[in-house]
Amino acid sequence: MRLDHATKRYGDFTAVHEANFGITHGEFFSLLGPSGCGKTTILKMIAGFEQPTTGRVLIGGDDVSAVPPHKRNVNTVFQQYALFPHMSVADNVAFGPRNHKIPESEVATRVAEMLSVVRLADFAVRRPAQLSGGQQQRVALARALVNYPSALLLDEPLAALDLKLREAMQIELKRIQRDVGIAFVFVTHDQGEALTMSDRIAVMSQGRVEQIGSPTEIYRRPATLFVAGFIGSANLLPGTVASSDAVEVRVSLAAGATVTVPGSQVAAGADVSAGAKVTVMVRPEQFVASASPSHGDSIKSSVTDVVFQGASVRLVARTGDGAEVAAVVAGDADVSFLRPGAGVHFGWRADAPYVLSGWPAVAGATTTDVDRVEAAL
Amino acid sequence: MGAPPAVTRKPDAVGLGVMTGLGVGMVALGAGWVSGPWAVLVAVAMLTVLVLLVWAGVGGGLEVRRAIAPYGLLKPGILWLSLFFLAPLWTMAVMSLSSKKSRFDFFPSFTWDWSNYSRALTDFAPQFGRSFLYAGIATVLTICIGYPLAYAVAFRGGRLRNVLMGLIVVPFFTSYLIRTLAWGNLLADAGPVVAALEAIRLDGPLNWLGIMDNGRLLNTPTAVIGGLTYNFLPFMVLPLYVSLEKIDPRLVDAAQDLYSSAAGAFRKVVLPLSLPGVFAGSLLVFIPAAGDFVNAQFLGNPGTTMIGNSIQDQFLRQLNYPLASAMSFVLMIIISVAVLLYSRYLDTEDLV
Repeated sequence: MRLDHATKRYGDFTAVHEANFGITHGEFFSLLGPSGCGKTTILKMIAGFEQPTTGRVLIGGDDVSAVPPHKRNVNTVFQQYALFPHMSVADNVAFGPRNHKIPESEVATRVAEMLSVVRLADFAVRRPAQLSGGQQQRVALARALVNYPSALLLDEPLAALDLKLREAMQIELKRIQRDVGIAFVFVTHDQGEALTMSDRIAVMSQGRVEQIGSPTEIYRRPATLFVAGFIGSANLLPGTVASSDAVEVRVSLAAGATVTVPGSQVAAGADVSAGAKVTVMVRPEQFVASASPSHGDSIKSSVTDVVFQGASVRLVARTGDGAEVAAVVAGDADVSFLRPGAGVHFGWRADAPYVLSGWPAVAGATTTDVDRVEAAL
Repeated sequence: MGAPPAVTRKPDAVGLGVMTGLGVGMVALGAGWVSGPWAVLVAVAMLTVLVLLVWAGVGGGLEVRRAIAPYGLLKPGILWLSLFFLAPLWTMAVMSLSSKKSRFDFFPSFTWDWSNYSRALTDFAPQFGRSFLYAGIATVLTICIGYPLAYAVAFRGGRLRNVLMGLIVVPFFTSYLIRTLAWGNLLADAGPVVAALEAIRLDGPLNWLGIMDNGRLLNTPTAVIGGLTYNFLPFMVLPLYVSLEKIDPRLVDAAQDLYSSAAGAFRKVVLPLSLPGVFAGSLLVFIPAAGDFVNAQFLGNPGTTMIGNSIQDQFLRQLNYPLASAMSFVLMIIISVAVLLYSRYLDTEDLV
């Protein structure tokens, strides 16, 4: 399956700009981005509910851009599931096969088989309204998978579930995907969900695909500031390149320190000539907090908040230039010196910092400011 | 939240008993079962019960108030229905089994006279037949016209939905009678509709089909059915719109995603989910249309008399109250049975 320079415009508004990527068989592929970034539009173009304004959609090598949804061999699990309320669970699941004029005896076997895959064999005669959210979710999965589609499209399927159920369903989805062995195209705005399940993730922002890569690539080597901020929590420290050579880049930070970054930790295509505006990204878990300056680079700041989270302790601190930074230290570490108002030095392993082009809109941690977090949802 | 306070069955039975007693009392007074001193006694007993209820509510604790509150809410409804539905119904039942001693006996006496019913069923069989035929055709026509209309507004109306629904209802701010009389003008022999049909030479085929009668539209069954259809259309469109508007458009997407064509998605998803609306609309159209007498009177001829006209005639001109009451009862019973069968057929209880 491929999108070939597919663009979708509604009037003046470009919902998707030149989406150009392929999805291979048996892959768990996520489209990740804040709401309104165009990820659902891409899904609708693959399903056939929308036609690309320019460009093509290819499934199995055939151009299906103008083929209606009921003639495409892909199925969708809709947001809020869209189960047929007037039919039993079994009839919901049998809906697709019956439309394919498959003999009723075979339909029954396939429905029973698929209901046991999603562990709902005992609920065949119930109505959707009599099921819990997680069960409805699995009926929606069975209803799509029973058609043996070449790919399954999932539109924020877990958004309506509780946190704990969501986590369990993530594992379940991954298990089902491995069992049936087809490509899953998963749309979500929840980066944790995407990281947990995906083989590859396409991060989108404002209609553009910012980066496509494995969860580790996207987390460790984000291509743009947007990706760095959107995936996980990051401390984005603006600075200017002091000097650079083939081995390392030295950046003087606005927060008042100089950081040496190995050349391998520079984003592809980033301008690191002397004087260039760059951002150094350090993940909260990469910070090492200590009371006195350790050897190597560190930044000095003062603690504003200490939050005990069980397995870990979350620190929020303010650097010399007023930016807020966040750090996560192990819960069993000695943190007695960390009191609000106390000075702290954040160091890191030499290969931890990562350099990106440009300056962020707001310096510091991406997950401590409510407005900023909300804007990214 | 804990469990709701346990409500025992006993206060329920007592409450319903009291309310039924009050209802029966109202019927007794309204239908004139009791008269003179007995009527005063019944009225005093009912007042006492009401006063006791209020006293228990005010004086009793929270528990008592909570137990009697639902019946307090039922009170206006039960009293209203007792006085204006049960009492007249009872009077009519009594009247339908009474007999007139002479043509000018205005207060017939109760004699278990079943002949009123046999007369209603034999003498007025054609009127009954026509009523149900016309009302049935009008119901089918309102579905044929109203369904696409409601569908278009619900699924394609967008932001204009409420405006469009308003436009459908606005003509009905004019009096029913005036609109029906206006139809008379439109369909008149020298009126615009007949002239237009003649101009495009449709009068021939329409005559042949029996829709026009010798080049006429007014005073034909067509005009009566047309009038019924027009007058009751909003009663079909409104419930249809409500049931269609509730349908999640994603269900249609889902059906198409699961290999249904657009027509298949409509047949398997939209139509079954809108059946409660079709059912409600059919009742709201069929029942009043079957008893209607205005359209037949202004748009029909003596050969299109409906049962409503006959009942009106018996009540107001022949002054044969027993026969008219029996006819009304027959009409009510046939409609009730028809509605029951129809609801069985559509299986509406099974729908969400």
